[in-house]
Amino acid sequence: MASTIRVRATSKDDTTEVQALIQHPMDSGFVKDAKGQIIPPHFIQQVTFEHDGKNVFVADWGTAVSKDPYVKFSFKGGKKGDDLKISWVDNKGASDTTTAKIQ
Amino acid sequence: MSLIRRKVPRLPLAAALLIAAASSVPAASSEADFKAAYAAAEAANQRAGQLRDQWTATAAALAAARKAATGGDFDKAVASSKEAEALARASILQAESEKQAWQALEIH
Amino acid sequence: MRPAIQFLSAALGLAALTLGLGDRAVAAGGSDPAADAEAFQKYFTGKFPGLKLEDFVNGPYSMNEDMHRQWVEKEEFPPYDFSLDQGKEMFSTPFKNGKGYADCFPNKGIGIRQDYPYFDQKEGKVITLELALNRCREANGEAPLSYVKDDMAALTAYMAFTSRGKPFDIKIPDDPRAFEAYQDGKRYFYTRRGQLNFSCASCHVQNPGERIRAEILAPALGILNAMPIYRSEWGGMGTISRRFVTCNIQTRGVPLDPQSDEYRDLEYYLSYVSNGLPISGPGARP
Repeated sequence: MASTIRVRATSKDDTTEVQALIQHPMDSGFVKDAKGQIIPPHFIQQVTFEHDGKNVFVADWGTAVSKDPYVKFSFKGGKKGDDLKISWVDNKGASDTTTAKIQ
Repeated sequence: MSLIRRKVPRLPLAAALLIAAASSVPAASSEADFKAAYAAAEAANQRAGQLRDQWTATAAALAAARKAATGGDFDKAVASSKEAEALARASILQAESEKQAWQALEIH
Repeated sequence: MRPAIQFLSAALGLAALTLGLGDRAVAAGGSDPAADAEAFQKYFTGKFPGLKLEDFVNGPYSMNEDMHRQWVEKEEFPPYDFSLDQGKEMFSTPFKNGKGYADCFPNKGIGIRQDYPYFDQKEGKVITLELALNRCREANGEAPLSYVKDDMAALTAYMAFTSRGKPFDIKIPDDPRAFEAYQDGKRYFYTRRGQLNFSCASCHVQNPGERIRAEILAPALGILNAMPIYRSEWGGMGTISRRFVTCNIQTRGVPLDPQSDEYRDLEYYLSYVSNGLPISGPGARP
């Protein structure tokens, strides 16, 4: 199955800029469906970006983050060809992970 | 605190009836009244539909009328029907006048 | 007193005559679509002299500097990516009978979005891409897709993507019915409707770049070029049908059925007057 994580990481001088788009419904648990039933909460609780054995970015998400979250950040370090590992875990215990090469 | 008794004036029957008529308290609406008012509103909304310009407010008023009628509140049902009819008539007026008026907005 | 009464009766008479013409509005005489399109494009380029013609396809994002910055950022990682992938997969998956979308369209369905809608002279009606896709499905034993839901949006997203950069090339054949469809679309566009008494033009001709509540309004020029769009407000993809329906609801007008005559004619008009502007779909909007 295709990964839910799209990522692009580019390195310039000593800074790496990372952009990621994650496919996830991010249901808050406050929205009702067409029949009037609450759609149960289903959201990513934690997303982690790891480089060279260290976590460079960790986010604790909740119901305020919208569907298909997009995140962009920069970190010091990283160079072209390095691996960047991204993983997430949601409140239902599901998870996904992917590794991308820094460009 | 003691209750103060007020002396309620007793009106003669004729005067009472006169007052009632003068203040024109409407008689409670019947189901027949509702059906007539609703039919008029529906007809106007159908006409607006032919003109492809029905308003969501009209639909809401009709729904409110139906709901009130189901609950037995025919006064409210008639009031909502009349509101729906007024809205439908306004939408018809809009559609009719727009047949010409649209040209005023056209880019030339 | 007398002249006033005469005037009043004359006015009433005229009104009666107008109403007596039936439900069709009076068309503006002497209309020429090519002249319309030229005037249309001139109006918007005149209003926004800093923009190139092709910039208009970005809708609200071209209307000011802040919006433009947001667009540049969004394009780096567009939210429609997932829908586009789904659309590509849908397009390439054969029907149960073994045939595919490629069999229904010229050039196997690739790079053709800029030719839609077209006027079908055999049937005497406007055919949009969405309608053509469902007809393809039904002709091959598949159930039609809802015009306002994700699947149709994904499919049209992929087809738009294969046409990226190609200019709209809508044709009005020399056929009075085609001209009438174009005119119908134009009339619909400028006609006020709904309890809020807005026409499409009220927002997209009179107020592009201005705000309606928290939204910046898009210009009508090029407004369909980015369709279908991932709209953050919807939290997902939406088709042209979906947008027409929701716009009607927003003016407190009861929407027509998706792909009804008026909507197809409207799409025909709006696409035609944007001839020459490039397809940029699928797009993203606030």
